[in-house]
Amino acid sequence: MPFGLLKYGFSKAHPSERHFKKPVSLKPSYDIVIVGGGGHGLATAYYLAKYWGITNVAVIEKSYLASGNTARNTAIIRSNYLTPEGVRFYDESVKLFQDLSNELDYNILYSERGHLTLAHTDAAIRTSRWRAEVNKHLGVNSEVVYPDELAKLCPHLNLSQDVRFPIMGALYHPPGAIARHDAVAWGYARGASDCGVEIHTHTEVTGFNFENNRVVGVKTNRGDIRCGKVLQAVAGLSSDVAKLAGFKLPIKSIPLQACVTEPVKPFLNIIVVSGSLHVYVSQSSRGELVMGASSDSYPLYSTRSTLEFKEELMTHLLELFPFAGKLKILRQWAGITDMTPDFSPIMGFTPIQNYYIDAGWGTWGFKATPVCGKRMAETLATEKLPDLLKPFELERFYRFEQVGERGAASVGH
Amino acid sequence: MKLISCPLNGLRNISEFICGGEVKAMPDPISGSDHDWAEYLFMENNTKGLVREWWMHVPTSYWFIVERNTETEEIITTYPASKLFKQQKEIRET
Repeated sequence: MPFGLLKYGFSKAHPSERHFKKPVSLKPSYDIVIVGGGGHGLATAYYLAKYWGITNVAVIEKSYLASGNTARNTAIIRSNYLTPEGVRFYDESVKLFQDLSNELDYNILYSERGHLTLAHTDAAIRTSRWRAEVNKHLGVNSEVVYPDELAKLCPHLNLSQDVRFPIMGALYHPPGAIARHDAVAWGYARGASDCGVEIHTHTEVTGFNFENNRVVGVKTNRGDIRCGKVLQAVAGLSSDVAKLAGFKLPIKSIPLQACVTEPVKPFLNIIVVSGSLHVYVSQSSRGELVMGASSDSYPLYSTRSTLEFKEELMTHLLELFPFAGKLKILRQWAGITDMTPDFSPIMGFTPIQNYYIDAGWGTWGFKATPVCGKRMAETLATEKLPDLLKPFELERFYRFEQVGERGAASVGH
Repeated sequence: MKLISCPLNGLRNISEFICGGEVKAMPDPISGSDHDWAEYLFMENNTKGLVREWWMHVPTSYWFIVERNTETEEIITTYPASKLFKQQKEIRET
């Protein structure tokens, strides 16, 4: 039987499918140039082409497709945020995610698991209650649950009182889900490419050409191109690219580390997060435990790994799931997050007239991929910012109108 | 564990410190506009490479200056803030 399978592998009669057409050379001019070939850039290209009929679009990526934070997140999708602005925005994203495999005709392995944010202190219970009420008010399914119910929802969870931080309750968010992050990017890339969008990988932007506060061209290592509009969607390197365009952002680049264990039989259906213990964990469809902790404590542009991260994460994980001590770590990696002062993203206009931005995706970027793509496409097509994105403008920092989501970031950073 | 040489306490683990952000000039409290303050509070150079930052040794609440490279994670030098501000004062006077 294995040899039979091998035969198919070598046979030319069953070639593997290419996800997007490989364009040979850059055209001299595009209506829209999207800088950054990650989930957000590709999603924007897809919605522009499919729903707004704008297909003279190039997505420019300096490395291979979705090589940045799209491939480095822990793939959690949820909308149990703290501010009404945030809840509305992420709720639209969850709804788009639920139908995304169908929309793209591509299986993104969307798996609805339920999401628990554990509370170990009175203050955390208060925040959980606050989030639950804001969520319910906006039609998002969230409620506060206590240890008796937690024991039913997650039988493996250590609810003992004999630990440093006993669990007092949790915010339970049934629509919480995980999905295959690479597939989201590939699905959008294929959809965009089928509509005529060009995806240029291994093409690095080296600068921009401006005329009268308008961007008219993009300089790349493969030559210069003219453009009608530019969207910057390069979370992780946002400040760097914005510097090429000549403006500053309220962003610090901070590494966020994550790891997975060896695969084991399915036992953990629900996604478990503890803000106080700085840990989040879910079991992937392959059986690996996918785990992360808080972002590092100081800005850095290096995706190195540290022992401190693993020590801290494991100490806390063992308190929640003592038997996890028998598991081995299989892989570990880091991504560079765009941390904003209010833990909310930055989307919309910039000081340059036809240069749009999608940045500030600290630890909340993957879950916003569809809504951001859809609404940024609308912004680029209509040159008007949709109401849903208005609270997240860059300009909000000059009006001192921040959207404080720190209390709903997955872990206390 | 990475080590930082604190001017007050000597070599200590980096986990004992917090980073207070880059050294930048504060707007004038009287004449500074809202825009200046927003710029000062929120906007970051977020430099990839050499930076000069405020750091604090948490157990002793001691603030000092660290020069480091944010690309290679090298700590280049550390010194008391008084050194920096003495220099700046001298520059202003000359």
